[in-house]
Amino acid sequence: MNATNADSNDAKAHAPAKSEGKGKRNTRKFKVYREDPSDGKGGEYQEFNVEVEIGMVVLDAITYISQRVDPTLAVRWNCKAARCGSCAAEINGVPKLMCKTRVDTIEGTITVGPMRAFPLVKDLVTDVSSNYETEKLMPEFTPKEGMAVPWKMSEMDVTRSQEFRKCIECFLCQDVCHVIRDHNTNYVGPRHVVKAASLDMHPLDTLDRSKLLTEDDGLGYCNVTKCCQEVCPEHIRITDNAIIPEKERAADNFYDPLVRLFRKVSRSGGARGNNNGNSNGKR
Amino acid sequence: MVEYDRVETDVLIIGMGGAGLRAAIEIIGRGLRVALVSKSLLGKAHTVMAEGGIAASVANVDSKDNWQVHFSDTVAEGVYIGDYRMAEILAKEAPERVYELERYGALFDRTPEGKIMQRAFGGHTYRRLCHVGDKTGLEMIRTLEDKILHTGNSRLLDETVITKLLKRDGRMCGAVGFSLRSGRFITFEYKAVIIATGGLGRIYKVTSNSHETTGDGIAMAFEAGAELRDMEMVQFHPTGMVYPPGVKGLLVTEGVRGEGGMLFNTKGERFMLRYSPEKKDLDARDVVARAIYHEIQNGNGTEHGGVYLDITHKGAAFIRKKLPGMYDQFKEFAGVDITKEKMEVAPTVHYFMGGIKVNPETAGANVDGLFAVGEAASGLHGANRLGGNSLADLLVFGMRAGISAAKYAAATNAIKPDSAEVEAEISRVNSFISGSATPAANPYEIIDSLRDVMSEKVGIIRNERDLGEALRVIGELKQKSKGVSVKGPVRFNQGLLGCIEMEKMLTVAECVVRSALYRKESRGAHTRSDFPKKLKEWKINIICTRSGGSVDLSTEPVPEMPEELSSLIKPEVYE
Ligand SMILES: Cc1cc2nc3c(=O)[nH]c(=O)nc-3n(C[C@H](O)[C@H](O)[C@H](O)COP(=O)(O)OP(=O)(O)OC[C@H]3O[C@@H](n4cnc5c(N)ncnc54)[C@H](O)[C@@H]3O)c2cc1C
Ligand code: SF4
Ligand code: SF4
Ligand code: FES
Repeated sequence: MNATNADSNDAKAHAPAKSEGKGKRNTRKFKVYREDPSDGKGGEYQEFNVEVEIGMVVLDAITYISQRVDPTLAVRWNCKAARCGSCAAEINGVPKLMCKTRVDTIEGTITVGPMRAFPLVKDLVTDVSSNYETEKLMPEFTPKEGMAVPWKMSEMDVTRSQEFRKCIECFLCQDVCHVIRDHNTNYVGPRHVVKAASLDMHPLDTLDRSKLLTEDDGLGYCNVTKCCQEVCPEHIRITDNAIIPEKERAADNFYDPLVRLFRKVSRSGGARGNNNGNSNGKR
Repeated sequence: MVEYDRVETDVLIIGMGGAGLRAAIEIIGRGLRVALVSKSLLGKAHTVMAEGGIAASVANVDSKDNWQVHFSDTVAEGVYIGDYRMAEILAKEAPERVYELERYGALFDRTPEGKIMQRAFGGHTYRRLCHVGDKTGLEMIRTLEDKILHTGNSRLLDETVITKLLKRDGRMCGAVGFSLRSGRFITFEYKAVIIATGGLGRIYKVTSNSHETTGDGIAMAFEAGAELRDMEMVQFHPTGMVYPPGVKGLLVTEGVRGEGGMLFNTKGERFMLRYSPEKKDLDARDVVARAIYHEIQNGNGTEHGGVYLDITHKGAAFIRKKLPGMYDQFKEFAGVDITKEKMEVAPTVHYFMGGIKVNPETAGANVDGLFAVGEAASGLHGANRLGGNSLADLLVFGMRAGISAAKYAAATNAIKPDSAEVEAEISRVNSFISGSATPAANPYEIIDSLRDVMSEKVGIIRNERDLGEALRVIGELKQKSKGVSVKGPVRFNQGLLGCIEMEKMLTVAECVVRSALYRKESRGAHTRSDFPKKLKEWKINIICTRSGGSVDLSTEPVPEMPEELSSLIKPEVYE
């Protein structure tokens, strides 16, 4: 790969990487957001021309720039395998993982900017630490006490929660959610509903986080637009399988004291426990 | 006066991978203060990439399994130079650590009876790997992370880079680093430090490892006087992606073969039947990696330099449930549907068996107050690691390192690091960015040259000439590295990070190459074409220590195992 800073006259070529396979090369224009909030000068998109090979992802171009052309370009990444969730950005305005977006899927100039829902640290890097604060407040896994060990659970029951456990905490869903972007509410956001669902749907968990989600965490503001679900790189059906069931559960509990009573009973006594007495049968 | 923040703690843990997080839980549980640092964000350490599973003989699928067989598999596949006591502890304690992780909230795949499901993996006699699809590492990290976020007493400083460890009167007492987010320097004052910084895969060009695996902790401990062991033992995973070039090296989990996938060359031959008639596709990693290497060398490889891995016969539903990550990975990166098409694979650098030498009981190194665990430590795997033994290692020895460091810290008074040393280190790091306007060298040019030479000359099959050449290049690069400088602030400066990582990588790479030159035989992951046989006199461990500016090499006998253990294993055979 080979890049030049389109702003400067210095087009001196860096030694291009050796060609591998039958990689076709071509030069692509990238516009990359630059801002250092500490200098108060505001931000702008800077142009770079980068030579790319077949199969290259946007992150390849960005790291090339940050390693060979301008090391001051701030970027966060780690696995380059779409497994760690570090490299979330907005690519041509769409929240995506840079390491999972192939350059050849985009036509024309490729614009790369930071996620807009989070405070900017520098250039492409945002401060996502608020998510960890939210996580601290989410009641942790709370199994029934005194169950026989090792625990037993059915494959069917665990599969449901496992969908949510694929979450790589890229926070793209938080970024795309209009409630978080445009409205100043207490809504914790889709990632945290997914987290709640992953715990609530653990077959042996005894809590019900739906009440917390609606009463304290602003889940009511979500109007099920499904935008979060569309951007999730792990294809978690955030709205269909996490948000809607949590909303329904909260509504059930609210309107139907009998349901609440039943849940309580089954939780303490395992009324419907079908997995060797381990399941609390709350669903 | 140099300005910096100070963090005082009882135990400093460098690394938020599985090892660091598991250790922290023990320290928190004992009411001591702990600070954890990580170059990456919390929850994104290299461990999240782990796929196939955790090896533990819970015997849910194959009832004949037990710790003795796990022990014997580990020692035999480590080709008898591992620390037997570490293997014994691992085999005995892994089941309880897995069940404990489940009680913390991890949700494993299940057997029809509702127990934790286990899959077959190379070199394990029985189906032994407890797993969560092909995302076991993610579940481990998330579970441990949750546990820590819900307890007090810990300070989590992610996106913080440690550049140097400090000692006083022969004891570890401090560390210097900087925060990527704030750009501020930080000094740490502690009673004990745990190195949980993972491996050094990034010193190679083709690797399955994350960006952060640059051997920092091993290099820093080495500089502080720690002994390194088995540095020549580099595991090549047989199956990495080869195409397209952007994803070359990305791991294709052994789980694919564990679930029934088979290797073929371009002639359509199942060549593993020839190389390993008994264990076939699921022989130990060094065996399968060498077989693939030879097939490609012999002209039976694909145009992209790989062989085929085929699991299509298992059907789409099965593949998407058991290998969802692989399905996505090939679909999105290569445009290949693995339920219908073959994958193209070739070996990729994956794991380092070598690292800091530790006491098997305490995880303590030879320097007072220094502990090491996980991929940064050594001994458990000997000359070759079994898949799944690393995640088990993180839990078993993570817990043990946490307990020992906590005990040590509780019984020790704090000593302050020398402020002159602190300031000298901060100025040294600062000098990388205050250097000349026209730097003599860019750190990434040096890093890329290092990665090239490691991949070309210190690969699966090694020889004296290539290794000597690699050493020469590393010497040149070290010289050149003195001229590096970059521009900009400390905050999120990739260039500055590159300068720090570059020096650590050069240090550990030199140890790898020197140890590889030293071992004049072929054993496990270390194959020398000029010394193709395994030799009895090399049943020893090679130790690297720092002396002045150079690397001192010495050897140590492998610890002799007691009769009750040696009777469990097949005796070692020499040709
Ligand atoms: C793709 C893949 C799949 C794998 N699958 C399996 C599997 O199925 N089963 C198995 O047993 N093993 C597997 N492994 C191996 C296993 O994942 C690793 O060996 C293991 O996760 C290492 O964990 P760790 O805790 O030692 O370190 P890591 O997870 O590597 O964490 C290192 C930590 O140290 C921090 N750090 C490093 N340097 C510094 C510094 N200078 N300052 C501050 N912090 C620093 C890093 O930021 C990070 O937080 C796999 C590996 C890969 C690459
Ligand atoms: S479905 Fe709800 S959470 Fe998701 S983007 Fe729409 S409003 Fe936000
Ligand atoms: S739910 Fe999906 S989009 Fe949201 S943080 Fe998790 S992986 Fe990312
Ligand atoms: S770098 Fe890990 S998800 Fe992109």
